[in-house]
Amino acid sequence: MKLFLSILIAALLGSTAALAQHSSDLQFNRMMKESFRSQGMAGVDRIIQDATQRFCSDPKLVSTAAGMKKAEEIQKLNMASIAPPSDGQYLGDWKNGEAIAQSGRGDTWSDTASTPNGGGCYNCHQINQKEIAHGNIGPSLWNYGKNRGYSQEVLVYTWNRISNSKAYNACSNMPRFAHFKILDQKQIQDLMALLLDPASPVNQ
Amino acid sequence: MMAWSVQVFSQSTADDIAKYREMIADGNPSELYEMAGEELWKKPSGPKNASLEKCNLGLGPGVVDGAAAQLPKYFKDTNRVQDLESRLMTCMQTLQGIPSQSIIDAKFGEGPKKDMDAIVAYVVTHSKGQKVHVSTSHPQEKVMYELGKRAFYYEAGPFDFSCASCHGSDGKRIRLQDLPNLTTHDGAIAGWGSWPAYRVSSGQFWTMQQRLNDCFRQQRFPFPIYGSEVTIALSMFMAKNANGGIIQTPGLKR
Repeated sequence: MKLFLSILIAALLGSTAALAQHSSDLQFNRMMKESFRSQGMAGVDRIIQDATQRFCSDPKLVSTAAGMKKAEEIQKLNMASIAPPSDGQYLGDWKNGEAIAQSGRGDTWSDTASTPNGGGCYNCHQINQKEIAHGNIGPSLWNYGKNRGYSQEVLVYTWNRISNSKAYNACSNMPRFAHFKILDQKQIQDLMALLLDPASPVNQ
Repeated sequence: MMAWSVQVFSQSTADDIAKYREMIADGNPSELYEMAGEELWKKPSGPKNASLEKCNLGLGPGVVDGAAAQLPKYFKDTNRVQDLESRLMTCMQTLQGIPSQSIIDAKFGEGPKKDMDAIVAYVVTHSKGQKVHVSTSHPQEKVMYELGKRAFYYEAGPFDFSCASCHGSDGKRIRLQDLPNLTTHDGAIAGWGSWPAYRVSSGQFWTMQQRLNDCFRQQRFPFPIYGSEVTIALSMFMAKNANGGIIQTPGLKR
């Protein structure tokens, strides 16, 4: 545990090593390290940021010219991590997809590994119009395929967006579902069907 | 047309919730917590068998009126910035001899944290209707605000969320739950000014410490230690952004 903690400290300190070591950085990193403890699935290692998270935690930088250049790099990095479906199938079962879109479960300290994760899609998106309890952080996905068509290009784009939204928008609010293994391949195929199966209620 | 109907729908839902709040406002169960809290404040307890009546929440020993309105603030005796819960822990430790760790380790709504809920309800009721007036004139208060701001935008964990993911822009909802934009004055007063609150749906009274704890849970972060610096820093960020706004605590939530 002691060794683990010292690795954590090193990682936290290392994350700002490229910048000048301002005392405010040291103070902030110390605060983040000391303020959390592991609980259930949520270990203290979750405080360590990757390059994307570090970049997106600085809203001032994001809006500058240097920030926009950096955003392109971040997008490339995320694009490179996306894998196409191993069986070549983009579309699964939209009915399963609807259930995955409805569930907001997963990865909190009160969840267990045996409970399947949800996509939490309705938290932020309108999808099936019949579901009125939807959020608005993301755009409406109603008539997703009907509006965009069912071409290979749309299939690949949508697959990539669900897998790693930050490949297109470095600081998108959407979780990187494949990158962090929140959803498995079959679940993503089922969500794809919800959006892109012509028979899905979303496209009626 | 669609955007219009969604907006109308959302507006009427918000109206319904406001009406519902009005309807039950006369019987906010927080009053029961407040009464229990007043008793706990005055009752000698702990190894030192003392009450909290000499507790200084920033306006002098025993002053409860308006005390919550000026927290978090810097305290000379502890040489740190404290929010209401962490300050109460200091009072319990020094006046009553109750170890803070026993409160930090307890589960929400149980044991010493249950007593804390009641005492918090008592204290915040005595700032209801007053204006938030949090100071950032002490250097440590200023630092705390900056740390809180940085923590607010700190993105991490498997979902890439920060506080700002949900509370950083106007007019956002998760499902049908409106999300105040805590970076603005109006949003901060809507958020900071209505917690601690009684939650009707779950029949629970939640302190700000518990509210933040559940935000971090949903962010997929590790567990924020009760009264830890990050919770105080975020409170400082919200409270200062809410300065001048009217306090409505204890709030009443669905």
